[in-house]
Amino acid sequence: MDRVLVVFKRLLQAMPTVFGIVVITFLLTRALPGDPAVFFAGPAATPESIAEIRTELGLDQPLPVQFGRYLNDLSRGELGASMTTGQPVIQELVTRLPASLELTLVALVLSLCIALPLGVLAATKQDSWIDQLCRFVVTAGVSLPTFFTGLLLVYIFYYLLGWAPPPLGRLDILYLSPPHVTGFYLIDALIDGDLEVFWSSLKQLALPAITLALFTLAPLARMTRAAMLQSLGSDYVRTARACGLTYPKVLRTYALRNAMLPVITTLGMVFSFSLGANVLVEKVFSWPGIGSFAIEALIASDYAAVQGFVLAMALLFVLLNLCVDLIYTLVDPRVKIDG
Amino acid sequence: MKRRDLLKGAGAMTLGAGLLPLLKTNAFAATSDTAVVLIGNTINSLDIHRPGTNRPSYQVAVNCYDRLVSFGLKTLPNGAQVYDYDNVIGEMAESWSFNADRTEITFKLRADATFWDGKPVTAADVKWSFDRALALGGFPKVQMAAGGFKRPEQFVVIDDKTFQIKLDQPSKLSLPNLGVPVAVIINSAVASANATTADPWATEYLHKNPAGSGAFKVSRWQAGQQLVYERNDNWACGPKPALRRVIIREVPSQATRRALIERADAQLSFSIPNKDAKELSANDKVKVVGTPIDNTLHVVCMNQIFEPFTDANVRKAVAYAIPYAQIFEQAAYGMGAKMWGASSAKPTEPVWPQPFPYDTNLDKAREMLAQSGYADGFDVQLAFNLGVADWAEPTALLIQEGLGKIGINVTLNKVPGANWRTIALVEKKLPFLLENFGGWLNTPDYYFYWAYIEGNLFNASNYDKAEMAKLINDTLFMEKSNPQYKPNVLRMIELAFEDLPRIPLYQPTLESAMSPVLGGYTSWYHRQLDVRALKMG
Repeated sequence: MDRVLVVFKRLLQAMPTVFGIVVITFLLTRALPGDPAVFFAGPAATPESIAEIRTELGLDQPLPVQFGRYLNDLSRGELGASMTTGQPVIQELVTRLPASLELTLVALVLSLCIALPLGVLAATKQDSWIDQLCRFVVTAGVSLPTFFTGLLLVYIFYYLLGWAPPPLGRLDILYLSPPHVTGFYLIDALIDGDLEVFWSSLKQLALPAITLALFTLAPLARMTRAAMLQSLGSDYVRTARACGLTYPKVLRTYALRNAMLPVITTLGMVFSFSLGANVLVEKVFSWPGIGSFAIEALIASDYAAVQGFVLAMALLFVLLNLCVDLIYTLVDPRVKIDG
Repeated sequence: MKRRDLLKGAGAMTLGAGLLPLLKTNAFAATSDTAVVLIGNTINSLDIHRPGTNRPSYQVAVNCYDRLVSFGLKTLPNGAQVYDYDNVIGEMAESWSFNADRTEITFKLRADATFWDGKPVTAADVKWSFDRALALGGFPKVQMAAGGFKRPEQFVVIDDKTFQIKLDQPSKLSLPNLGVPVAVIINSAVASANATTADPWATEYLHKNPAGSGAFKVSRWQAGQQLVYERNDNWACGPKPALRRVIIREVPSQATRRALIERADAQLSFSIPNKDAKELSANDKVKVVGTPIDNTLHVVCMNQIFEPFTDANVRKAVAYAIPYAQIFEQAAYGMGAKMWGASSAKPTEPVWPQPFPYDTNLDKAREMLAQSGYADGFDVQLAFNLGVADWAEPTALLIQEGLGKIGINVTLNKVPGANWRTIALVEKKLPFLLENFGGWLNTPDYYFYWAYIEGNLFNASNYDKAEMAKLINDTLFMEKSNPQYKPNVLRMIELAFEDLPRIPLYQPTLESAMSPVLGGYTSWYHRQLDVRALKMG
């Protein structure tokens, strides 16, 4: 009950932030150089045809009027239509956000499965070979740009070896997307009971997810190692050991649990930046995600699409921060979040 | 110790599970009546008349709709198949005739032609479609006007199968302009059924649901991902296409497109950079086809309202200082037609594009600069569109280096694609820039109309000369057989040589890479993919 109230209060508190973001993105998109009317008037535009398009887009109105219209549309849940893809922005978000989320989540799970053990081992066996390996992986992960890792993986596993499927987005050409329930193809395919589609989308996911995992691995492993080192050197671990608890018990219950908080914080941060940062991965693997959509929209000064994207991301971050805070309370009962 | 082993094991297992799906994949095998085509851009609408429809979407108009006329095909000496501007053939029109003073064209429509839903194609559909192109404004209206079609009254329905166009004045551009992608014939019954009072031309419906009579229907469209064409077996306006299905996949990364075509997972990669074309032509598992794009030039524009370029000698000095051959090798990778080094400043043939009488000659360049008011050189910014950086960036760097040798200090101004049209073409406020206009209708005067008349969109140089404007306006509609045509065009070209608002570098090519079994690939002036003639094996 208490927690529900807190969640509600937090969401209420987020309202001014979200409104601020709405205002700022509206003004920023208008401040972008480049004129969408010219861009969309086509190859052989004349001043008259540009003026016609401008009226069509409502861009001949003063800014406050445009903003009023935008708010009015927003209140009805309408985000407008994207000029670059010709689809309603809301529909683009509904189909593309799950694509990006699926990729990012799979990559993060993969990355956690490697980063946590690696970080813990590196901390417990300082300066051993595993610590050196951890250092190497971290340095490589941070310093290799994702598009480079992506292209390298495509080159080796698709071009040379032929193990990976063609990097053509979420599904092989032979398959149709499963009926839309969650937008996550892996889940939707299972709901539909179509194992073939599940398998195909898993295969398509593998390379981009590994690429992204290699990139997100670094901060997670680094943070796990640092946090573990700190808690292993702390008084309570020494006390626990002095009490004669077994090493695994000390490691798991006392050291790791206390080290989890900074790792979760990092995880939240990594998740949010990788949603935006995986645009290069999306490009290499023709992934129809939110990042490439936003970039294309930005290039074309596609106001509705940029605004819709920023708004969706803002809402996502509000929710994400809330989740992270809630997880804190589960991990560490001492943490209280204020409503 | 056990706990740690478990953790270790879990990590290794996850990694293993991640790699497992890679082990079992069977390469996508295309059947002989299906082709996969790769493009780099997004198709954002299935309706070419709709405001905001982008260039890559025009291919839907080409493949799903019919026009009254089309162009015949011819084969170039290099074996590539291209359209033939001088051979206008009927598409929906079975035949046509002109009246005595050529101000009326009367078309007879094919008796057996039907739309996809089985409804016969009538003259009323043609009129509705043309009226729509004018009513929706923007680019379709401008393009229709190029043929002299400006008002709905000009389109007349004589009877079900007879359609007439009345012209204000006879024009050689009218007939070819009926073959351009915007002059499509739409099923007006289907469209009207889906129109609303707010949207009388059914832009919302046709945006997602084409209603045509063309050789292919769209069976699936996911913007940003793919478009699937399915053959219309009842197509009446041409030979039945060999392919039953064509899948157009959007693959933004150039490197990925190249890997896919080299691995033969796709049959055609449409419009590839010259660098890839050059490298892939050495690969015998891939066929590269390149053809020069008609009436198109990559040029350097010198804006004549800006200080140093008001001086004719400065413009000539620049023309002599540009390292043409190097640009052709390093920016165009030796593909295209050379546009420099003509022996005479007097053109003899009314053809366009043709080489300009300038070549890289630094002594002459210095001489010209010495005669100008800027003997000590000057500083200038050379702007280019980042959207076409693959050729523009190396070109700009080479020009910077070349002009540096005669004391003109060039800095580069890279303009993002979204801003380019506004700054360069609409406001025309760049002093020195790289530009690449191409005219759909292949006559010299059509190019000159857009690029050499004050105020017209592609005249980024603000070139303003009364004699040139008069020549162009006199010649634009004139038949090529008119005795005045040749002298007029020759004079235009001579003025372009002398006044140099634009210095051509080379005529570009359109390169595509395809599987050796894919045949029937045709290059069109509109630079869109025509899937109707493609065949396998």
